[in-house]
Amino acid sequence: MINIFNYIERNSPIHKLTGATKLIVMLLWSLGAMVTYDTRILAIMPIISFFLFAISKIRLKDVSFMIGFTLIFMLLNNILIFLFSPTHGVSIYGSSHEVFSILGPYVITWEQLFYHLNLVLKYLSTIPIVLLFICTTHPSEFAASLNKIGVPYSIAYAVSLSLRYIPDIQREYHDIAQAQQARGLEMSKKAPFFKRLKNGAAILMPLIMLSIDKIEVISNAMELRSFGQNKKRTWYTEGRFTKWDIVAITLGLALVVASFVMNYVNGGRFWNPFIR
Amino acid sequence: MKSNSVKTIVAIGIGAALFFVLGRFVAIPSPVPNTNISVQYGLLGFMAISFGPIVGALIGFIGHALIDLSFGWGIWWSWVIASAVFGFMVGCFKPLFKINEGEFGTKGIGRFNIIQVSGHAVSWVIVAPLLDMLMYQEPVSKVFLQGLSGGLANAITTAIVGTLVCIGYAAAKPKKGSLKQE
Repeated sequence: MINIFNYIERNSPIHKLTGATKLIVMLLWSLGAMVTYDTRILAIMPIISFFLFAISKIRLKDVSFMIGFTLIFMLLNNILIFLFSPTHGVSIYGSSHEVFSILGPYVITWEQLFYHLNLVLKYLSTIPIVLLFICTTHPSEFAASLNKIGVPYSIAYAVSLSLRYIPDIQREYHDIAQAQQARGLEMSKKAPFFKRLKNGAAILMPLIMLSIDKIEVISNAMELRSFGQNKKRTWYTEGRFTKWDIVAITLGLALVVASFVMNYVNGGRFWNPFIR
Repeated sequence: MKSNSVKTIVAIGIGAALFFVLGRFVAIPSPVPNTNISVQYGLLGFMAISFGPIVGALIGFIGHALIDLSFGWGIWWSWVIASAVFGFMVGCFKPLFKINEGEFGTKGIGRFNIIQVSGHAVSWVIVAPLLDMLMYQEPVSKVFLQGLSGGLANAITTAIVGTLVCIGYAAAKPKKGSLKQE
């Protein structure tokens, strides 16, 4: 079975940061990459994130599966945008410099290419950071981090519970699917689509029943241990802040501030090199 | 804290885990990129009408965010929020159903499907594309096509899987007043 939240134990400076820091930096980073379309900032971000990736001692082959997925996602998104709106760049940058024309409305312009470049840069700046967060933060530290950044602990605990039970449910799903298929339920491509959906429900039913029972058992166990009696709780995996945590958070904050400032300077979310 | 709220938290946790497993491993790609035929919305619809709006919204939010994270492309917030909106909206109609007392007849099926279809319409045709435009500045026609096709696929799977699950669950629950004193 694939390990989903692919925590990889290595001895690196990134691993030593607390989970809360990594969560904050990841959120700030994706916020920064989301708000701005300033190419200069978007060009710096991938460089820093690739550097961080390098010092984390996570190897490319550890995450090649996820990278493959994400690159396909990025490619499809770009193709779809071009198909639906080949002149999106022209309408954003307000000028049109034609490179060559393909067919009808499908004209390649420098503006459109520039818009796609920005999109690709956005992906390249966030992907390494997200992968870093997933690979260097232990799932049980994740809930503690959520609580630390201000999420109520009951919600943080719900996230922790779901991370804890994902492998169990995965295994149960697999077992039930095999048992049902042994009884003659067709789930492969041979069955027509709607049949497959209906058969899917036949696997879901026992799975959901099991899970509802589980909800009873777990909540009884938690009540017996007086869950929710106090306003606060401590976490076993909570780490202490060091100076490197502060450095990391400052870096994240600086990036967000920079992208907001550039939005203000550019008078919008796009940096326009075409008006000169 | 009341015992009810412990159960709520556990329901959110387990529900999000189920949502994740279904969305991550039972995904059938649809012809339009970036959208999958998602069985998990059938589960979300069911959980929402049996546990209410808060559980529905948080299962959608946490489950969808975890799916996004596990693929490695970061969290696509606009769609995560749309999932939460769907769970919340369906959950708001919990008082109309007596599924926990074992009742889910023709009337229930009809109601459930009207509610889930309108919930999907609001989430994927209004909320998701608007947020996509606001947050990511993507072309209008593209985000609406994605929303429309995603919403349609979700509504169909919810109609089939969600309804079947609700019927099955209700049938397994002992009906209220099914015991008679003799």
